Amino acid sequence: MPPVVRRLGHAVVVLWAAFTLSFVILYLLPGDAVLTKLGAAEAGVTSSPAEIAALRAEYGLDDPVLLHYGKRLLAALHGDFGTSVNTGDGATHMVLTALPPTLAVTGLALVLAVLFGGTVAVLGTYTRVRVLSRLLLALPPLGTSLPTFWVGLVLIQVFSFQLGLVPAIGATGFSSLVLPAITLALPNGAIVGQVLAKSLRTQLEQPYIEIVAAKGASRARVHFGHALRNAALPALTLVGVVTGNLLAGSVITETVFSRDGVGRVTTSAVTAQDVPVVQAVIVLAALFFVAVNLLVDLLYPLLDPRLARPREVSRV
Amino acid sequence: MTRRVHGRCAVPDVRTSVRSPGVLLSVAVLLFVLLAALVPELFTSQDPISGVPAERLSGPSAAHLFGTDQTGRDLFARVVHGAALSLQATVLAVLVSLVAGAALGVLAGFLGGWVDSLVMRVVDVLQAIPAILLSLALVTALGFGTTNVAIAVGVSNLAAFARLMRAEVLRVKTGVFVEAARAAGVRWTGVLGRHVLPNATGPVLALATVTFGTAVLEVSALSFLGFGATPPAPEWGALVAGGRSFLATAWWLTTFPGVTVAAVVLAANRLAQAFERGGR
Repeated sequence: MPPVVRRLGHAVVVLWAAFTLSFVILYLLPGDAVLTKLGAAEAGVTSSPAEIAALRAEYGLDDPVLLHYGKRLLAALHGDFGTSVNTGDGATHMVLTALPPTLAVTGLALVLAVLFGGTVAVLGTYTRVRVLSRLLLALPPLGTSLPTFWVGLVLIQVFSFQLGLVPAIGATGFSSLVLPAITLALPNGAIVGQVLAKSLRTQLEQPYIEIVAAKGASRARVHFGHALRNAALPALTLVGVVTGNLLAGSVITETVFSRDGVGRVTTSAVTAQDVPVVQAVIVLAALFFVAVNLLVDLLYPLLDPRLARPREVSRV
Repeated sequence: MTRRVHGRCAVPDVRTSVRSPGVLLSVAVLLFVLLAALVPELFTSQDPISGVPAERLSGPSAAHLFGTDQTGRDLFARVVHGAALSLQATVLAVLVSLVAGAALGVLAGFLGGWVDSLVMRVVDVLQAIPAILLSLALVTALGFGTTNVAIAVGVSNLAAFARLMRAEVLRVKTGVFVEAARAAGVRWTGVLGRHVLPNATGPVLALATVTFGTAVLEVSALSFLGFGATPPAPEWGALVAGGRSFLATAWWLTTFPGVTVAAVVLAANRLAQAFERGGR
């Protein structure tokens, strides 16, 4: 089987597993809380037992578990996760229409995260000033320790209220993207920085570095031309995780900055125990994770020629 | 009864790294928070629930270290009393991750075969869905409240424990001393208790400490979103959320609870680092 097909197969399996896990959590776990919610929200107070029974049948709650699961899975394959209990819209439609503003922030945040993390890791390992190096390399652990919701509020306080540079809330124009993107980028940039710095340090201890230096390459050439090129590869595998985190982080940032998007849809769906919408969001997040990882996997052989010739290298 | 511990052992080695000032400070922060959770009256005599309306929204001062909120409640008292709820939720979350994750890992490692494959695929999926979305899905199903939030956060973090315990089991399983024990007729539960668990103490302790930090962050994030503690009960994330409406006028309402969360997470992470170094 060619590697591309195998990876694609793996991606489909993970996606299916994510659907199944979310089905187990959302439809099977407690049963009653969701059932009552479904009945109460849709039918209102005036519903008769007959109406509730009809509704339960419509949602497939009377079916045996496996039949219910099969129906849901079949519908999900057609992109249908059911109708929102809260608004009556299709869950998929709700999530997809909310996606563009979220993607704008996520995209900017991804760029910023790579910039932050990369700069800190590269400078931190390059500089010979010990204080500066220690200071820079202490930043990533700090970045992962700060609560995102609080960082967002501090940024609003400083840049909107004290300095008046950017609007505090809302979603108009590029300037409103900046603070949410920075908020999201900080913890994820910290992850990138931590991994890249560690992998840079490992590379710099390799024997080939001494050879390159002995051949007369400058320190900058050794660092950027050789060590960084090798160290960037393990960091690249993080992009999948980071993209997932950024998407999930929008739950926090969109609440903090009062922006519309997938995060807000998620929070209100959880508040209303709107199961179909929550499941659509979970599967969407898994889809992102899988797609980005697939992309990274396919890019890897292009960046690392050793992997392009699998016969010469024993595959693990 | 003395228990033999093979290979690495976390506890004695940690003592060497405990001398570092960063670790001492971290231990001090965590002890302070723990004391605040157990006996809040030790640090403040003010009421966290009912305030003095005349003193509402006053900034930090000697009388009110962290200032007061919109109903004149002392914020320091609320942060101190909030420690109990926040820490209970965090500890419960870590216990859920540790016990459920370790059980799954041991099961997968010992039984192997299809059980191993099944458990590890579940773990894969748990790690493919971002932790906060996973815990939100669980909160949707279980309902709101601090306990449910704690369980949700615990489940969303159990994958790492399962992987770690499985690796430990596999590592020990091939050891000559285990082979000898098996040959001598020791049952697998005996091998587990005598060899696997003592060996895993160091790495598991380090992971539990890291998870403690993550759990503090996630529990407070879910409370911030409004799925945790019900007002007026103080909880750190909920306190930050409560201060949101007064960002422009009362900076202290969001700043101090936020700094508290950050300090606890930093301390836990620093300690985890020390455990990790001590354990190797």
